[in-house]
Amino acid sequence: MDEKQYLYCLMRAGFLGAVAIRKIYEYFQSFSGIFNIEERELKESRLLKERQLRLFLEWKSRYQSCLEEYKRLSARGILFVSMLDEAYPSRLLGIYDHPAALFVKGTLPEDAPMVAIVGARGCSAYGEQLAEEYARVLASEGVGIVSGLALGIDGAAHRGALRGGGKTYGVLGCGVNVCYPSANYQLYESMMEQGAVISEFPPDVQPKANHFPMRNRIISGMADVVLVVEARERSGSLITAELGLEQGREIFALPGRVTDHLSRGCNLLIQQGAHMAISPNDILEYLGVKYQKKLILSEKNIKRLAKKEKMVYSCLDFIPKHMDEIVKESGLGVSECMTVLLELELGGYVYRTAGQYYGKRM
Amino acid sequence: MFSKVNSGGLRGIEGYLVQVEADVSRGLPGFHMVGYLAGEVKEAEDRVRTALRNAGFALPAMKVTLNLSPADIRKEGTGFDLPIAIAVLASYGVVRRQSLTGIALIGELGLDGTVKPVRGILSMVLALEELGIRRCFLPAGNLEEGLVVQNMEICAAHNLQQVVGCLAAPGSVQVETGTKSQETEEIPVYSVDFKEINGQLLMRRATEIAVAGQHNILYMGPPGSGKSMVAQRVPTIMPSMTFQEQLEVTKVHSICGMLPPGRALVRSRPFRAPHHSISSVALVGGGRIPTPGEISMATRGVLFLDELPEFPKSTLELLRQPLEEHRIVISRAQGSYEFPAHFMIVVALNCCPCGYFPDRNRCSCTQVQVQKYLNRISGPLLDRLDICVEAAPVTYGEMRECADNEPSAVIRKRVEEARRIQRERFADTGIFSNSEMSIRDIRIYCRLEEEEERFLKQTYQKMQMSARGCNKILKVARTIADLDGAERIRCSHLSEALGYRELNGKYWGRR
Repeated sequence: MDEKQYLYCLMRAGFLGAVAIRKIYEYFQSFSGIFNIEERELKESRLLKERQLRLFLEWKSRYQSCLEEYKRLSARGILFVSMLDEAYPSRLLGIYDHPAALFVKGTLPEDAPMVAIVGARGCSAYGEQLAEEYARVLASEGVGIVSGLALGIDGAAHRGALRGGGKTYGVLGCGVNVCYPSANYQLYESMMEQGAVISEFPPDVQPKANHFPMRNRIISGMADVVLVVEARERSGSLITAELGLEQGREIFALPGRVTDHLSRGCNLLIQQGAHMAISPNDILEYLGVKYQKKLILSEKNIKRLAKKEKMVYSCLDFIPKHMDEIVKESGLGVSECMTVLLELELGGYVYRTAGQYYGKRM
Repeated sequence: MFSKVNSGGLRGIEGYLVQVEADVSRGLPGFHMVGYLAGEVKEAEDRVRTALRNAGFALPAMKVTLNLSPADIRKEGTGFDLPIAIAVLASYGVVRRQSLTGIALIGELGLDGTVKPVRGILSMVLALEELGIRRCFLPAGNLEEGLVVQNMEICAAHNLQQVVGCLAAPGSVQVETGTKSQETEEIPVYSVDFKEINGQLLMRRATEIAVAGQHNILYMGPPGSGKSMVAQRVPTIMPSMTFQEQLEVTKVHSICGMLPPGRALVRSRPFRAPHHSISSVALVGGGRIPTPGEISMATRGVLFLDELPEFPKSTLELLRQPLEEHRIVISRAQGSYEFPAHFMIVVALNCCPCGYFPDRNRCSCTQVQVQKYLNRISGPLLDRLDICVEAAPVTYGEMRECADNEPSAVIRKRVEEARRIQRERFADTGIFSNSEMSIRDIRIYCRLEEEEERFLKQTYQKMQMSARGCNKILKVARTIADLDGAERIRCSHLSEALGYRELNGKYWGRR
């Protein structure tokens, strides 16, 4: 019988953590061993805690259905990669509590350098733009982008990587066949073509609050570098950064204005010694990736714009401004200003976030 | 002896002639009233009997029978007291029957015989005038309202004795005719003005466009940014009402008893801002005997819904039909009642539950929260809002400034000019403003030249607009061109209209 079948059953049980499963393997040198020993012997081995033992004995009688389930996995397009397989990400293997196996839809990364991009779900338009830009540049240089498929920064990072034509990996807090949040369905779909969605949770498991901190260790564990784009003080993103540190990953943070709550987490990280990611090149340099041109983040080239457009453009900022302000600064009338802004928007120089807020596009 | 007196009743917003027939005969003494009467009309018996006695009319005990005809329409209101009292007196022979031909009486009686004002005078007098009645006795408190009607002699009724005296000697009656109040064309006075609004250039401009084309408008913005302030001032830049419009508004206000005492016509455009706890019936009208709701009270004016997401969805859905048809028909077993609902809808809402989005230092609402908050708004209602505009946060300087802002009167001039252009364009088509254009009308009146067509096509594709969104843009662009005095819609008009485009899918799910 296939060893992986039994591993699947152990993971499916739900009450055994990654470390417990690993210990079981180390004790028996197989996953099937635990199914074949006497209750007394198992008790004496002290492998399982009392509660786990009780649950295990109860569950052991009906684990056969899991075997059936395992056989259907490949038909559902889900790969089951155990830590014994070669395809298992080598960086992940290095961390203490690495999952015994991963469920994957898509293709797992090979040896390319990887960067995890994390940040707030409720991010600013500015942060989102930067996350997308960093991911795009890194991905186009062949760096894989890992993130959590959440709203906000995570989604922007995946989007940027896809746009840059690179590979991107989403680590989920639910089964790989469940798309959460559903708003990111499009990303979820295209990620399977250009990377993979990955989870340690068996298929059909619904997202739960306690799953998310768990998947964070995989995000940082799969990467060489963790980039924090926007994070509040005491946020999930900082937890990921901390996990990354424990795992020996290099932390990069995007500096922000000291007054912005959303940048406070990043600025704190920098204060504590994280690298400052002033441009994507900083990360490329650290990874030792050769890049073609030195990239300085700045506004678009506006040489080709008309005079009035240049003037309105100069009143804008990367942080979106309300049109009233733009009207006042430019000295143009409301209707004229609106005409110019629409032209800039259509030309890709400017984006409109919320109603009448406009910001420069990078 | 039999006698007959004319009076008026109300059915919905329209008045109708009621004949009060009285007969006094020998038999068991008593007071019998028939004619499908509501409770308050039946109670007239006690009021009339006491008022007659207190006014000094000692009547012998006889059998009195009263009928309010037509007997198949339900009579409501207290305006029948006076005609009943006079009909009884005529039947006893106290009042000459000949003196009652061609006149009508309306009024409520106090126990001492004083005549008190009633609701809906204007509708009733208008209906009586149409039927050829030329003289009316109205409660003194309703005199001004009655005087609005032309070709009608109005006598003020103060108390029962005075009315009987007037009927006995018609020559001595002080009569006023309803022509004078129309001649004095006063300009409506509003307690607020656009002058008081500092900054908010965008909202000002958007509001002007909305009023010029009678487009419904949505304001969005942080709390305290002046959304309600601007909304309150929308009526001040609307063109003055025509006499017909004033009549319509006055009728509704009179029926609801909202007419200030001593006022004849409502000249300023109504502004109604119901609280979001409003019930469906209070909003659109209804009740067992249907009465007008807020949308009818706002007719020819503005219906302002502040904190739109707090309104129950089911209540808002009721607005759909009135927004299209400019009237509401309420059907009951006894028949259907029609009320006018020709209003402009102005709505205001915060951007997110806390209201400070996109200021991320103050707002920490998650996207899901924002989405939930905004999803409470009915989609079909959003479809009917042509212009969406976001208020800018107000700075301290702006708030305290005593700037010389443009007053409402100046904006109104421009609006009136744009409306004139629209009236001429739509002459004989049955519509009056750009917002009412159907898809067919848009094809005819919003024709684009080659350059503009190309521009719109490019934008349509780039911004992934919907067909409906595109039609809205065309309508608004037409209004902007009218404000500009331009015959042809140009790219600048289109691009400004695009700036106020709908807050659809992407917008609502914004980050």
